[in-house]
Amino acid sequence: MTEADTETAPGREASRPARPSWWTARRRDNLAGFLFAGPQLAGTLVFVLLPLGLMFWYSFHEWNVLAGGFRFTGAENYERLVQDPALPGVLGATAAFSVGLVALNLSLALVLAILLDQKLRGTILFRTIFFSPVAVTLVAWTIVWRFLLQDDGGINGLLSVVGAEGPNWLRGETTAMAAVIVVQVLKNVGLNMVLFLAALQGVPKELYEASTIDGAGAWTRFRRITMPMISPTILLTSIITVVGSLQVFAQIDVLTKGGPGTSTTVLVYYLYQNAFQFHDFGYGATLSVLLFAIVLVLTVIQWQMRRKWVVHED
Amino acid sequence: MRHPRLLLAAALAAPLVLAACGGGSDDGPVTLRMTTWSANEDHLAMLNEIADAYIADHPDVEAIEFDPLPFDGYTSTLTTQIAGDNAPDLAWILENAAPDFVTSGALVPLSETLSGTDGYEYDDLVPAATELWREGDELYAYPFSTSPFAMFANDDLLAEAGQPTAAELIESGEWNWDRVVEAGAAVHAQTGADGIVIRDFDYTGWDNLSTLWTGWGASAWSADGTECGFDDPEMTEALTFMHDAVFEQEAMPGPGTTADFFAGEAAFTVTQISRAGLLAEAPFAWDLVPLPAGPSGEYAVIGQGGLGVLTVAPHPEEAADFLAYMTNPENSVKLAQFFPPPRASQLTAEVLGQANPLLSAEQLQAVVIDRIDSGVVKPSHTGQAQLDQAVRAALDPLWTPGADVEAVLADLCAAIDPLLAR
Repeated sequence: MTEADTETAPGREASRPARPSWWTARRRDNLAGFLFAGPQLAGTLVFVLLPLGLMFWYSFHEWNVLAGGFRFTGAENYERLVQDPALPGVLGATAAFSVGLVALNLSLALVLAILLDQKLRGTILFRTIFFSPVAVTLVAWTIVWRFLLQDDGGINGLLSVVGAEGPNWLRGETTAMAAVIVVQVLKNVGLNMVLFLAALQGVPKELYEASTIDGAGAWTRFRRITMPMISPTILLTSIITVVGSLQVFAQIDVLTKGGPGTSTTVLVYYLYQNAFQFHDFGYGATLSVLLFAIVLVLTVIQWQMRRKWVVHED
Repeated sequence: MRHPRLLLAAALAAPLVLAACGGGSDDGPVTLRMTTWSANEDHLAMLNEIADAYIADHPDVEAIEFDPLPFDGYTSTLTTQIAGDNAPDLAWILENAAPDFVTSGALVPLSETLSGTDGYEYDDLVPAATELWREGDELYAYPFSTSPFAMFANDDLLAEAGQPTAAELIESGEWNWDRVVEAGAAVHAQTGADGIVIRDFDYTGWDNLSTLWTGWGASAWSADGTECGFDDPEMTEALTFMHDAVFEQEAMPGPGTTADFFAGEAAFTVTQISRAGLLAEAPFAWDLVPLPAGPSGEYAVIGQGGLGVLTVAPHPEEAADFLAYMTNPENSVKLAQFFPPPRASQLTAEVLGQANPLLSAEQLQAVVIDRIDSGVVKPSHTGQAQLDQAVRAALDPLWTPGADVEAVLADLCAAIDPLLAR
C-alpha cells in the first residue's frame, strides 16, 4: 500500500479510520499507460484486428459486389479452395519467389555486410549506395526496372555492348520470375545489410583475438564465432524477409501482371485478381485466410527453430 | 480493470462513430457523384456546364460532383467503391464490363425514365449502339461514346520508305491488311521506325486484336457466348497472319518493345478517332482512314462507353433524372464534342466535326458515320475479367518466334471453355 492510499483529507478527524482513496497512484499510472497506448491500440483494433475478423467472416460468404448480394455459404469457399485447379500453380510460383528471394537476399546482404565491415576507404559510400534503394518508392523503382528489362531496354543494351544477346526478360517464364526476384532483392538488400552490419560490429573483438591465438583460420572464425554471435539477427531478418516475400504485389503488378502465362502469379496477386478484378470478395477473403495461415505457420516454425540455431536462446 | 474495458469499448465504437459522421441525411437537396475515366479538363468543363444548368432548375439537387478515376483499373476501382459502401450515383462503364453490369442487377433500368422524359426522342438511339447495354427490351446504360476504330497513317515515314500513302493505297484498291503489313515491314526495314502498332494491345490487351481478326470473320466466341471461337479456322488464319507480321516480316513491334505512333515512331496505328487530338502539333504528315480490308472484306469495330445509374447509389431516382437530362438531344450535341453519340440524327459530319477539327468531313463520314451501324463491338462477356485474364495467359505462348499457333489456340479454348459455360 502506498502513501497516497492512506492519505486522509485535511480537516478530517484523526480518530475516524482512513478510507482508501479510489484515485490511487497505481490507477493514475494505469490510466497514463492506457492513454499512451490508446491511440496505437485503437489503430490496431480498427485497422488490423477488425479487418482480420471481417476477413474470416467474409470467407464464409458469397459476396456479389455488383448485384449487392451477400449470402452465407458455410464452407463452400474452402471447398472451392481445395479444388481450385489454379491454386497449385499459384502456390508453386509463390514458393519459387519466396525461396529465391530469401536465399538471394540474405546471402547477398551478409556478404555485403562482411565486405563493408572492413576498415577500408570508401565503405561509407558503398553502404549509402546499397542502402539508398530502400528509401526509393517501390512503384517508381519497379517502373524504372520495367523499362530496363524490356527487350530493347537498358540491360540488353549493356549486354549488346559486350557482344551478348540478352533474352526478353519479362516474356520468358523463367527469366520473368528471376527478374522479379532480382529487382526485389536489389530494392531491399540494403536493409538486411545494415542489420547484419550492426550485428557484426556487436561481436566482441576479444573472441576473434582469442581464437586467432588458438590458431583458428578465417573460415573457422566465421563459422564458430561470427555466425553464432549474429544468429539472432539472422533469425530476425529471415522472418522479416519470408513474411515480406509472401506479400509481394506491386512488383508483380508493374512488371508482369502475373505472366507470362501464370508463371509469376503469386498468392497475393491471385487474391487481388479474385477480389478486385473478378469481383469475388468471398473467395478473395478465403485466399487471404490461406495466406494468413501460411505466414503464421512459417513464422511459428522459424520461431521454434530458434532454440536450435540461435545462440542466445535457451 | 474498468479503464481497459472502457478503452476497448471506445475503440470498438470508433468505427461506428466515424461511420455515423460520414453518413449524410436524406432530407433536403442531395449531392450526386459520377465516376469517369477522363480527367481531361475540357471534358470536365463540359460535364460541369451541363450539371450547373440542371442544378439551376432542380432545387432537389444541390451539387453534382465528377470524380475521375484512373483508366487503368477503372472497373476494379469502381467495384471496390461499391464494396466499400461508397458507390457513386452514376458511373461510366467500359464496354468489356457491360455484360457483367447489365446482367447482374447492378444498374437501374432506364427505358421508362428516358422514354418518359419530354423531348428525349428515345427512338433516335441507334439499335446497334444500344445492343450491348440492353437486356431484352430494357436499357441499363446509355452508350454516351460509340467510336469506331480506325487507322492513322504517318505519310512521311511511308514516303521515306518509298511506299505509297494510305490515301494512294485506298485509291488504287490496295487498302488491305496484306498490303499494309508489306508497307509496315518496308518502313521498319528502311527507316528503323516500327510498322504497325495496335494501340493498347501491348501483348496483354488482347481484345484490341478484334480490330484485326474481325477482318477474317473471326470472333472470340459465338454470338450467344457459349462456344470458344479462338480455334476456328478464321481465327487461326488471322492470328497466324499477325504472328508472321510480328516475327517474320517484323512489320509490328515484338513483345517488350514500345512504339508510339503519335511520337512519330510508327507508320500506322489502330485506335479510336478521339486520339486525333494528340496530332494537333504533329511534325509529320498524317491521315486517318478506315481499317484495312481483311480476307472477308471491309469491316468495322466499335469501342463504347456507357453511362449508368447504380442500383446501390445513394440517390438513384435523382441520378436517373439527371442522366435523362444529360443525354437529351440538346446535351447530346454537347457530349458529341468529344464522344460520338448514339443518336441517328446527330451522326453527321457537321456535329462530329465540332469535336474533331483536325479531321475532314470526308474522314468522319468514312471512318465514323458509315461504320457505326455495321460495326462489331469489341469482345465482351459475363465474367469478362476472368476471361480476360485466362485468354491473356493462354495467348502468351503465341508471342514467341516458333509458336505453334493452332496448338496454342486449342489450349486457349480448353482454358476458357469452362468459363464460357458458366
